[in-house]
Amino acid sequence: MTRHSHDFQNNLNGTEIMQDAEDIIRIDELNKWYGEFHVLQDINLTVKPGEKIVICGPSGSGKSTLIRCINQLETHQMGVIRIDGQEIHADMKNIEALRAKVGMVFQNFNLYPHLSVLENLTLAQIWVHRVPRREAEERARHYLARVHIPDQAEKFPGQLSGGQQQRVAIARALCTKPQIMLFDEPTSALDPEMIKEVLDVMIELAQEGMTMVCVTHEMGFARKVANRVVFMDGGRIVEEAEPEEFFQNPQTDRGRLFLSQVLEH
Amino acid sequence: MTDTLTPPPLKAPSTVIGPLDWIRKNLFPDWRQGLLTIVVLWLLVRTVPPLIDWLFLDAAWAGDRDDCVAASGACWAFVNARWGQFIYGFYPVEHRWRVDLSMLTLVASIAVLFLPRVAHKGWIITGSFVALPVICFALLHGGPIGLEIVPTDRWGGFMLTLVVAVAGMLGALPIGILLALGRRSQMPAIRIFCVTFIELFRAVPLITVLFMASVMLPLFMPQGFSMDKLLRALIGVALFNGALMAEVVRGGLQAIPKGQFEAATASGMGYWKMMIFVVLPQALRTVIPGLVNTYVAIIKDTTLVLIIGLFDLLGIVQAGIASSDWLAPSVTTSGYVFAGFGFWALCFSLSRYSMYLEGKLNTGRQR
Ligand SMILES: Nc1ncnc2c1ncn2[C@@H]1O[C@H](COP(=O)(O)OP(=O)(O)OP(=O)(O)O)[C@@H](O)[C@H]1O
Ligand SMILES: [Mg+2]
Repeated sequence: MTRHSHDFQNNLNGTEIMQDAEDIIRIDELNKWYGEFHVLQDINLTVKPGEKIVICGPSGSGKSTLIRCINQLETHQMGVIRIDGQEIHADMKNIEALRAKVGMVFQNFNLYPHLSVLENLTLAQIWVHRVPRREAEERARHYLARVHIPDQAEKFPGQLSGGQQQRVAIARALCTKPQIMLFDEPTSALDPEMIKEVLDVMIELAQEGMTMVCVTHEMGFARKVANRVVFMDGGRIVEEAEPEEFFQNPQTDRGRLFLSQVLEH
Repeated sequence: MTDTLTPPPLKAPSTVIGPLDWIRKNLFPDWRQGLLTIVVLWLLVRTVPPLIDWLFLDAAWAGDRDDCVAASGACWAFVNARWGQFIYGFYPVEHRWRVDLSMLTLVASIAVLFLPRVAHKGWIITGSFVALPVICFALLHGGPIGLEIVPTDRWGGFMLTLVVAVAGMLGALPIGILLALGRRSQMPAIRIFCVTFIELFRAVPLITVLFMASVMLPLFMPQGFSMDKLLRALIGVALFNGALMAEVVRGGLQAIPKGQFEAATASGMGYWKMMIFVVLPQALRTVIPGLVNTYVAIIKDTTLVLIIGLFDLLGIVQAGIASSDWLAPSVTTSGYVFAGFGFWALCFSLSRYSMYLEGKLNTGRQR
């Protein structure tokens, strides 16, 4: 990975922040408002290549907003977000190139219903990454096999089960060879029996060394693959710890309360 | 999914019934329905045979005005005698093959739409519809490619109707799409321009637009610059219907879930790629009925070019009716029936085609 140290000299606050050469995501003093509503407050978070971060917290705590700031689906008003050493902001000129380094998987899959599964997987490859069609299709079939649905390439998303659709969505994101994968509650729209097939794919992905930031309440998944759990409440990061530490011995009352609610049912 | 334990599926009960049963079940299920059936049958008996007499049996198929006056039915002799004019207008007889070739090109472009799923189909379709007006104009007007020039004031009849309709349709869709996108734009200047344009053209009758194009526009043109009257009318028709189309397309854009925009954006697509590959294909698909509505209106509105001195199918039929050698009541009726049938055939095939398209696009894609 090339580094452009001069890029890091200025950030929005004018303060100079030493860039840790190893961080693939670095978020400093991130603040965001929806109108008057202060949805993200003083967020600091760094992710090293290959790390898996699980973000959890009560509904409305800003988890989705945070993860969507990382690829600038949402714009922030204060603070700095760097991807692979490069500051990312919605006004920038080559935002598309930076976004292409980050794959995203949504709660509602968001597959393109008018395109076949294969076309869903090749679209961005061909039109964003300029991969020749033949190669793009080869790659698409490769990733479909990796998410265990090699034989659904010609179907349309509407003909697949929820679990299959979400695995197609994961394959679609992987096709463009992102350096980071973002997951926003990838299993919460699924029936229980389909959750496992999606989680299995995510675990395999984690074991292969992908950098992952997942918003999820699947504590088993967090235990198994996460390097750190980030607990958010009220727009702030309240706790950040290794999974065992967080689950066994949360340091805050809010963390304890949240865990008791999640683990109860 | 064959499971040996499940019993073989039940066959659907037979729905074939005898003709008498059918009549009883569908025409006389109870006394009220039966009464309705009888009334409708009586109306049919009273209207259909006379209509057939007038249209076919008593009609004068050949000859001149006197034959028509003698016959008690329609005067198809008139249509027969003026056929060439009705189709080609005042286009020189020795050049009519150019019109035929243009119509063939049009049919070929439409046939492209029926292609099965092949690679690059979208581009083939777009390309053929960009090429179509260029080829047809070169053929019909002549000039650059060595054909003798036929000025547009000699165009007329069915051919002119087609020219105005096709140009209106081909022009209105891209204009409508751009206006609809502009109306949803983040940039105030673009948004205000588009809203103003749409509301202005939508609130004015097409006749006014055509008058403006033919009478007012030349007044604003720079000295020595003149634009063909037909071209001005075509631009007027395209802009007017583009404004109508914009609102249809906007309805489709609003129906696209936010997640589609987000997925496209997250995968690194910029605004235009997202629109072309993800949003518009879905949006246009949902508004096919509205699009066809506008298209049918365009075909029927072509008749309005008469008021700026262009003779479309209806105009040329009307002119023929008024000519002194064909003055007769049955000529008038037959002429209008013929023109009406021409427009009906165009619009009806369009709506059939759209039904076919909807069916084809929907297979296997419902969510
Ligand atoms: N576009 C928006 N405009 C205004 N407020 C918003 C918007 N999107 C989210 N919010 C608010 O911001 C807060 C954080 O939302 P966010 O979606 O990030 O929560 P979350 O932690 O992902 O919750 P959940 O677990 O329910 O998905 C919520 O209170 C929400 O109401
Ligand atoms: Mg959320």
